[in-house]
Amino acid sequence: MTTRFTINGRPVAVDVEDDTPLLWVIRDDLGLTGTKFGCGIGMCGACTVHVGGRATRSCITTVAAVAGAQITTIEGLDPAGAHPVQQAWLALQTPQCGYCQSGQIMSAAALLKDFPTPTDQDIDAVMSGNLCRCMTYVRIRAAIKQAAAAMGGGAS
Amino acid sequence: MASSWIIPGAPVLKRILIGLLAVGILGLVGFGAFAWRPAIARIAPPPAAGFAPDLVARGEGLAGAGYCATCHTAKGGAPYAGGYPMRTSFGTIYSTNITPDPKTGIGTWSEAAFRRAMHQGVARNGSHLFPAFPYDHFTKLSDADVAALYAYMMTRPPVVAPAKRNSVPFPLNIRALQAGWKLLFFHPGRFVPDPAKDAIWNRGAYLATGVSHCGACHTPRGALGAENHAKTYAGAPIDAWIAPPLTAANPSPAPWSQDELFSYLRTGVSRYHGTAAGPMGPVVHAGLVKVSDADLQAIAHYFADVGGAAGRASALQPALQKALAADRLNVGPQADPAARLYTAACASCHYNGGAQLNPLRPDLALNSAVNLDDPTNLIRVVLFGVGAQDGAPGVVMPGFIGFSDADVAKIAAYLRATRTTKPAWPGLEQKVATIRGQGVGGE
Repeated sequence: MTTRFTINGRPVAVDVEDDTPLLWVIRDDLGLTGTKFGCGIGMCGACTVHVGGRATRSCITTVAAVAGAQITTIEGLDPAGAHPVQQAWLALQTPQCGYCQSGQIMSAAALLKDFPTPTDQDIDAVMSGNLCRCMTYVRIRAAIKQAAAAMGGGAS
Repeated sequence: MASSWIIPGAPVLKRILIGLLAVGILGLVGFGAFAWRPAIARIAPPPAAGFAPDLVARGEGLAGAGYCATCHTAKGGAPYAGGYPMRTSFGTIYSTNITPDPKTGIGTWSEAAFRRAMHQGVARNGSHLFPAFPYDHFTKLSDADVAALYAYMMTRPPVVAPAKRNSVPFPLNIRALQAGWKLLFFHPGRFVPDPAKDAIWNRGAYLATGVSHCGACHTPRGALGAENHAKTYAGAPIDAWIAPPLTAANPSPAPWSQDELFSYLRTGVSRYHGTAAGPMGPVVHAGLVKVSDADLQAIAHYFADVGGAAGRASALQPALQKALAADRLNVGPQADPAARLYTAACASCHYNGGAQLNPLRPDLALNSAVNLDDPTNLIRVVLFGVGAQDGAPGVVMPGFIGFSDADVAKIAAYLRATRTTKPAWPGLEQKVATIRGQGVGGE
């Protein structure tokens, strides 16, 4: 069936089976390959995008579930790739291999909307769903705090 | 001799049999007369322009309050053209075409015929309707509101869509037998206000018990499918989900106040109780969306009273504090495998850090799904998620269908143990397997 939604501000219509994972549509049909496949069962966070502004694991979200929704991927987070989280990521050289980073950044950007002044506890609880096999967690936490400060919140 | 013993008795037996037959025939004739309803003559389809726009607009609000389109529209089909399957314990009944198409819809129904269907559950041709059409609620509607609904339906685009064949087995498919069901269970009559209650309560009660037919899902039914009025709003299974109790027996530790009910019914989200999922999703987002704020407040006012929210108001703060404390369990290294699963898969979205709950981070300690005696709703949401059309609009919960039955059961058991004080759910893993087998649509 045809499903319509908006991705990075662009309305799209895709003609795929209703239960096709959103991640496949994003990567294979729409050609936006910044979002990565990790575990495929919603346990690692590599595929995180925003649906209606909320961090959402796209590998276990069916395309039918997002009919009419507004989706943002790493490509659309900021037109210049200069979202405060992205800037902090660069400034602190956060990634190592980089595979999980688009998911980490999307989760972090969503986190800062709910927790503008995140505590370590907030960051740990919300970011626990995003795994980093290179163990860059310490830099991820620092970058989130730096982004929060840049956005006027700051860390508490 | 055996024969001499039988022969003298035969006339008596014969008389008894004849007597029984006569009673049977008389009964049948009597029942036939009782069950018979005349057809109401066909009319030429009334032109849409003949209905006053404000009457049509009022009908639109009422059709929303009754979320008529939800049951009268097939998946992917034209609005109000019918064909939506309702799976009952008596077989599958398909909704009918209520667009004004003269051949396959209700185009030739006069307002009197429409009113009789709404108030008495009888089709234009005189046949009894199945109570899958909730005329036991619509009978409470005022004539003026029925006229508004008629005006709205008759001004919809006509769609050619013949009725689908129901799979109700013989003899239950005999329409005349419905007259017997009505005799037993149907109480026709308009809404009678309760003079002990205020006007807003009565407005809410009129809408909730009438056009919105809330009891159709939230009141348990007896063996013959009638609502059990001794247990009004006590909660019931519906379409592979559980419609939670709307009474004081609702298991959420946070009372459903008028504000929370209004927010839930208006936006699909209550900050304490989570989002409108399953069959309640379209009720809110496709139906009640057409209802005015004032009318929705009236419904919320009525149900806050039904649930005894005022008397439970003091329970809110302690419940909230307990919920926030439970939330903080999932920070830092976790040893328990169930806690690890929950922390990685669920807490990212369901964790609330501060002193307040974020409605878009649904709290699981206060949510009915975790507190109900039956884990069905929780398991369904975990396995199949909540789409952007349901719940909080535009927002999605993904479905964790890739998790094993054992892992979903672990998460459910973990939430039950850490978020509530209620007894553990028995047979969880088997329940997960059953619900996975039913699929997202509950088939």
